[in-house]
Amino acid sequence: MRRIQASEVTNTVARLFEHSCHYLPPDVLAALKQAKKKEKSPICRDVLDKILENVEIAGNEQIPICQDTGVAVVMLELGQQVRITGGDLYTAVSEGVRQGYDRGYLRKSIVSQPCFARINTDDNTPAMIYTDIVPGDRLKISVLPKGAGSENCSRLTILNPADGRQGVTNLVVNLVDEFGANSCPPVIIGVGIGGTTEKAMLIAKKALLRKVGEPSPDPEVAGLEREILEKVNDLSIGAMGYGGTVTALAVHVETFPCHIASLPVAVNMQCWCARRAEAIL
Amino acid sequence: MVKKVTLPLTDEVLKDLKAGDNVLLTGVIYAARDAAHKKMLEALEQGKPLPFNIKGATIYYMAPTPARPGRVIGSAGPTTSGRMDAYVPRLVAEGLKGMIGKGLRSKEVKNAMVKYKAVYLGAVGGAGALISKSIKKAEVIAYQDLVAEAICRLEVENFPVTVINDIYGGDLYEAGKAKYRGKAT
Repeated sequence: MRRIQASEVTNTVARLFEHSCHYLPPDVLAALKQAKKKEKSPICRDVLDKILENVEIAGNEQIPICQDTGVAVVMLELGQQVRITGGDLYTAVSEGVRQGYDRGYLRKSIVSQPCFARINTDDNTPAMIYTDIVPGDRLKISVLPKGAGSENCSRLTILNPADGRQGVTNLVVNLVDEFGANSCPPVIIGVGIGGTTEKAMLIAKKALLRKVGEPSPDPEVAGLEREILEKVNDLSIGAMGYGGTVTALAVHVETFPCHIASLPVAVNMQCWCARRAEAIL
Repeated sequence: MVKKVTLPLTDEVLKDLKAGDNVLLTGVIYAARDAAHKKMLEALEQGKPLPFNIKGATIYYMAPTPARPGRVIGSAGPTTSGRMDAYVPRLVAEGLKGMIGKGLRSKEVKNAMVKYKAVYLGAVGGAGALISKSIKKAEVIAYQDLVAEAICRLEVENFPVTVINDIYGGDLYEAGKAKYRGKAT
């Protein structure tokens, strides 16, 4: 049994949120620079210039990259030989969110009672916490400050098995087209195919943890990712929807076995500001 | 080419703004989003005054991050405009001339912009740090109880926007998409 202090979890979560809201991962930055090279529309190249300048200012002057510092999504991989001491795990994570959003001057965007009073909880809790129990004696913490602009453009659909690969492709492409500028393109598209309703959505979100543009290890799935990406870029929505040739930076597809009668497809849209950070304790 | 515009937006200024133009705004704008719009509409329905003079005004759909000590404002990029659509035709009829945000607008809003001569200006979504540099003064003027969503009076200098919808019915989202269709590969 390996012991990890709850306070260490709190400190790590706080640090990860603070950091991720001010610095983009290097792979996201590289993808944005690549997009600028590929983009044929001058007005969209200008948008990408502003985006890149913005990221630089954010880091240099400690101003959050985007004012929507998101809902705090936390993915945990907890080794089964780990024992958390000095407090319980989820309380420690919540405290980390509270401290990180306070210390980092991040916006608190969570309201209680979604369809009633909608009172701001004022500390950005509760976080959305998902845990996988895995072999080993480590705790991996991944955080995603998820903005609502792109989250609102996400959907879960249950297709007929007969719809197949073509049905999946059409669904994703049509969704990107429908929401256009709303999702802050160029986007990264997380797609979860299979499982059950909740499983599909969760693997779609987990697909966003992948390095931008890293293909699926499954050649068939990787082929689907390329096909969807090409069709999405053919939509000519462009950066911020101003009309251009780069609408998406990447498509990440995750799959899972499912029922003989089902073909669940979840799409989790991610804006260009793809903030994420992880640490292993 | 970038056009420089001093606020407030007058009909004379609006005549020269076309969908696709890059514009730098200088003057006063008001930050308001979902909850503030709801309250403004309630005030109008009850015959009460609005927290600021709507005639000729420009509203920015934005709620910033908290300002660090000694700073004017935190990160200050646009939110998705479509959520405000239900409230907009009435505000435009009352004299609102400019809206700054990002994302698609409804048919009703687009019609109201042509009918009452108003424009929709796009700010780059997610570029909150960059945009904050053009905000020189920020002051909460109403609805403090809404915390991050309170109405804020902003003094801006060379605030960067792009005209999405002009008074002639021009629409950059539609025109831009049509222009680059089939050009990706």
